[in-house]
This record gives sequence, structure tokens and C-alpha cells, in this order.
Amino acid sequence: MSELILRLHEKLPQWKSVTWAKKNLFNSIFNTILTISIGLLVLNILSSVVSWFFLDATFQGDAKLCRESGGACWAFIFEKSRYIIFGHYPTALVWRPALFIFGVISLFGASFKREFWGKRLFWSWILWLTFSILLLDGRLLGLTHVETTKWGGLPLTLLISFIGIGCSYPFGIILAVARQSNLIVLKTLSVLFIELIRGVPLISILFMASVLFPIFLPDGFTIDKLFRAQVAIILFSGAYMAEVIRGGLQAIPRGQVEAAKSIGLTNSQTLRLVVLPQALRIVIPPTVSTFIGMFKDTSLLVIIALFDLMFTTKSSLSDSEWLGFAREAYIFTAMIYFVCCFSMSRLSKKIEESMPSDGKKGKGVSYGF
Amino acid sequence: MASSVLEFKKVNKWFGDLHVLDDIELTIKKGEIVVICGPSGSGKSTLIRCINQLETHASGEIYVLGTEMTDDARVLQSVRSRVGMVFQNFNLFPHLTILENLTLGPTWVKGASSDEVKEMALGNLRRVQIEEQANKYPGQLSGGQQQRVAIARSLCMNPEILLFDEPTSALDPEMVKEVLDVMVDLAKEGITMLVVTHEMGFAREVADRVIFMDEGKIIEQSTPELFFTNPSSDRSKKFLEQIL
Ligand SMILES: Nc1ncnc2c1ncn2[C@@H]1O[C@H](COP(=O)(O)OP(=O)(O)OP(=O)(O)O)[C@@H](O)[C@H]1O
Ligand SMILES: [Mg+2]
Repeated sequence: MSELILRLHEKLPQWKSVTWAKKNLFNSIFNTILTISIGLLVLNILSSVVSWFFLDATFQGDAKLCRESGGACWAFIFEKSRYIIFGHYPTALVWRPALFIFGVISLFGASFKREFWGKRLFWSWILWLTFSILLLDGRLLGLTHVETTKWGGLPLTLLISFIGIGCSYPFGIILAVARQSNLIVLKTLSVLFIELIRGVPLISILFMASVLFPIFLPDGFTIDKLFRAQVAIILFSGAYMAEVIRGGLQAIPRGQVEAAKSIGLTNSQTLRLVVLPQALRIVIPPTVSTFIGMFKDTSLLVIIALFDLMFTTKSSLSDSEWLGFAREAYIFTAMIYFVCCFSMSRLSKKIEESMPSDGKKGKGVSYGF
Repeated sequence: MASSVLEFKKVNKWFGDLHVLDDIELTIKKGEIVVICGPSGSGKSTLIRCINQLETHASGEIYVLGTEMTDDARVLQSVRSRVGMVFQNFNLFPHLTILENLTLGPTWVKGASSDEVKEMALGNLRRVQIEEQANKYPGQLSGGQQQRVAIARSLCMNPEILLFDEPTSALDPEMVKEVLDVMVDLAKEGITMLVVTHEMGFAREVADRVIFMDEGKIIEQSTPELFFTNPSSDRSKKFLEQIL
């Protein structure tokens, strides 16, 4: 056996990848055995994954058929996808959340194109999100009223997280700037708020918003639960954003502020035109991490019984006709989450690449490994 | 009195226990070119930075262009817009193009129209011989080019006084000359200049007066010829021996 391998060694063509493999994977008998057994294991796992996902999978039919085939039951996903994506929104009116999602996808696509960047795109986002609330609600547009308790699934997740991102970013900037302020009151308030929020898990803030907060309201006075959850999420990510942005503010050399002041800019102009643009750029990667984290954190809304994507996925499993297809449902939902988060990360990469690079910074520097 | 653009009266400043400015008395006339030198830590930067109040003084009075410097933000902004400053590390704004670096001040401080500002900015870039770099970013320029841009940026505010804090000491030797040439040209145009530098060649060529500082005090003030050939104090003698 070992002789055979050795002879094989010599016969292999001297391609680059082959040379590499010879040097690193087959350079001793022990390594050769290790390489082959790991290769076999990987192949084995891969083949069972492929057969579960595709070969043995059921794409059409009912639950009985699914159980007999043994593979994945994609039929279940086809059956339930409308419910998972749109939740309890009235079937006849589903075009409204669908239109909302379509708009979001279009705007997101447009955001990838540099030539669209500017005030118009910015206002389009704001207008579309505002309009979508009216559209989903219906009343102001003269459409059938759909209560927020019926909103659900992906539209709800998108709406909450995009509005959350849009509001927590400026809120975070204000908090971060306040924290650097010379005014003790402002500084203290900001530090208190940030530390308080960061010291508490999001779940408990959501609980407070949904259970505790209404107790303090006068009788007969209610604030929509969805709205309360939205505010809770904005406050929560605002505190995290503030710390991310503060890191950026601290990275700006004092000389920048001095140069700005020496040409006569006011303090607020210095902040707006010189410090913030640089600081916000530096922290794009952690900013996007925070946004992505927030997008995924909306799945916690499930706990206060808001019907976000995670909730609809979970409750699609309780259909007595289709019991036992949790794997498929969660894979489906995970894929939706992944596509959303991955696109955000791509967009941030695009934005980062478009920034002018300062020759002195370590961007794009290779460290030799 | 009308011709004095800058006046220090018994100005003192401390950093903790360190007496960085010790009873400074100084008057500078319109159009004068003054070079300040002295050993490291003698308070040269602090002195020059007190003029536009990047550092605040503890006691005494500083008059710039006839206005007393206080902590009133309005007064500070208006004086700063008339007093340019060039730093050792250039301090260009890395997120803006060269042209935007130059137009930022005039646009926001003076509210000038964008065409007008752009014309003037290009004119000033021409003056420092760097017009072709207008659309690049500071990170793409050499140190000498960056410092010339920084000078052009100050010029765009039409300053009545220009302050330089060791403008060539962060530069490679071969770039020092291109910056000094620009400064010599400016000096000959009659703008009031206060320059902290150890470039004695520059001092000899254009300075009307050399000020020698040590331990927060102005030890000696005289014309360059006198200062270099016959310094009056031991400390300045020793300093000159070290740098010449
Ligand atoms: N922000 C500060 N806080 C505390 N001490 C300071 C500060 N800035 C300067 N100093 C000290 O004050 C003294 C004078 O500083 P200054 O920068 O004015 O000196 P300088 O003459 O410009 O020296 P150099 O030639 O090294 O630039 C130095 O001893 C310095 O350490
Ligand atoms: Mg100095």
C-alpha cells in the first residue's frame, strides 16, 4: 500500500496545486492516511447532505409523501411560504406587504449603484418607509384598515429593522457627540443612558415596552405595541451605535479640529464638516455589524408575541397536518435572514471601497500572511 | 499704534506647574516677517497658538488685529478667519479633495458663491504651483505638496496674518526647499508672517526680526544680521552653535 502511494507520488504531474498537495497533504505516510480518511468523511457527509436536500427531497405532494421519501420536504415550504413570509396579513390584501418588499428590494438594489448615491436616494428611502406604514395600515390611503396585530412575517421584520437602523443611527450620533461634550449635564445624561441600556438584555427592554410600560399609562390610553417595540429597539441599538461612533470620534487627530478652527469654522461646522464625516467612515465595519445584529435581534420580537419572521416560522410548524418539518422551515427562514444580512454586508463593502483612501492608513495593507 | 497687528501684554500661561509663557511682551507691525526660534520645549508653539487661541492664556492681554482675544466664540471665529495657520503635520482634511480642502473655509465661513470660491482656490493652488493636483486627495500627495496645499488653504481666507509652526520639520530634506520657496514668495508680497522655524537660511533671507525664546521667555529680539553674527545672550549663542 505504501509503495503504491509512493509510486503514485512520482507519477503525479507537476502542476502547481499538485505540488502543493504533495508537499502539504501527502508528505508522509501518516499525513497521506489522514488526508484520505478526512477526504472520505467529507465526501460521505456531502453526499448525505445532497441527497437530503435534493435527491430524496419531496417538492410536491402532501405530508404523507414527504414522510415516506425521507428527504427534505420542500412541499411544506411551498405550502407555507405565504404564511411564513406574510403572517396573518389578510390574504386578499397581501399585495400591500408584497409591494412594500418589492420597493425595499428595488431601493436596496439602487443603493448599490454609485451614480444613484445622493439626496434623492436618501429621501426615497425615507419616503418609501413612511409610505409603507400608511400602506400596510391602509386608513390614510382610503384602503381597508389592517391592524398592526395582523402585520407579520418578513415585511414586519424589514420594517422594524430598517426604521430601527434609520433612527438609531442619528440617535447614536447625538448620544456619542453628547458623551464627548463639555457640558456636564449633557455628558452625564448620555453616559447614564448608554450604560443603562447596555447593562440590560434586549429581551428585558422588549418586555418592559410590552408589559411594564402600559401599566404606567392612564386608563383608556394605549400606545400601539408595535410602536412600543420599535422605540425599544431604536433606544437599544442607539446606545450601541453611540459607542461605535464614539470610537470613530476618538480616532480623529486633534490637529483636524485645530485646522478646522484655525480657518474660522464654528464648533458645529467643525463637527459636521470635518470630524463626523471622517469618524463615521472609520467605523463603517462595526456600524454594519451593529445593523446586522439588530436585524437579527428583531427575531426576539417573537417573545412579546409580535408576528415577525421568526414567529411565523415557528407557528407554521404547529399545523397538525404538517407536523415535523421544523428543519425545512428553519432552513428556509435562515436563508432569508442570510440573504438580507449578506446584502447589507456587501453594500457596506461597496461604500467602504468608494471612500478616498488615506495613504497612511492601514487599509489594504498586506501583513504577509 | 495703528500699524501694530499683534500685541502681547504680560501674557502668562502654565501647563500644570510648567510656566510655558512667562510675562511675554511682543508687538508686531503690519507686514513684518518674524522668525521665532529656540530650544525644544521653550514655548514657541504655545506662543503662536495663543494668537488664534488654540491655546488659551492664563493672564495678560493679547490683541490681534485690534481685537482682544477672549473666550467669546464670535470674536474667536472672526479673528481666526483673518489669521491663517500652517501646521507642522499639514492637517489637511483627508476626506476632502485638495480643491474641497481649499474651498471649505471660504464657503462656510464667508458664505461666498461656489464659482467665485473655486476660481480663487485654483488661483491659490497656482500660486503654490500645485494646480494639477486639485482633484486628488491629500493621501495621494507627497509631504511637500501637502504642506503647499496647506499654505494655499490658509491663503484662501485672505489672511492678514499668517502663522507657521515648524512648517518644514516634518518634511524630507529634498522637500523642504519647495515649501520654503513658497514662503519666501509670500514674505516678499508683504503679508505679515510669524514663523516658528529652525531654517536659519530662511530667517536670513526674509526675516525682519528674529525672536529667541527659552523657558517661556523671550530672551532676545534683533535683526537677523545682528542675531546671527553677534547674539547678545549666552543661551542664544549656545543654541546657534548647536543648529548651525
Ligand atoms: N497640552 C499640553 N499639556 C501639558 N504640557 C504641554 C502641552 N503642550 C505643551 N506642553 C509642554 O509645554 C512646553 C512648551 O511646549 P511647546 O510646544 O510650546 O514647545 P516648543 O518650543 O514648540 O517645542 P518644540 O520645538 O519641541 O516644538 C513643553 O515642555 C511641553 O511639554
Ligand atoms: Mg513646537
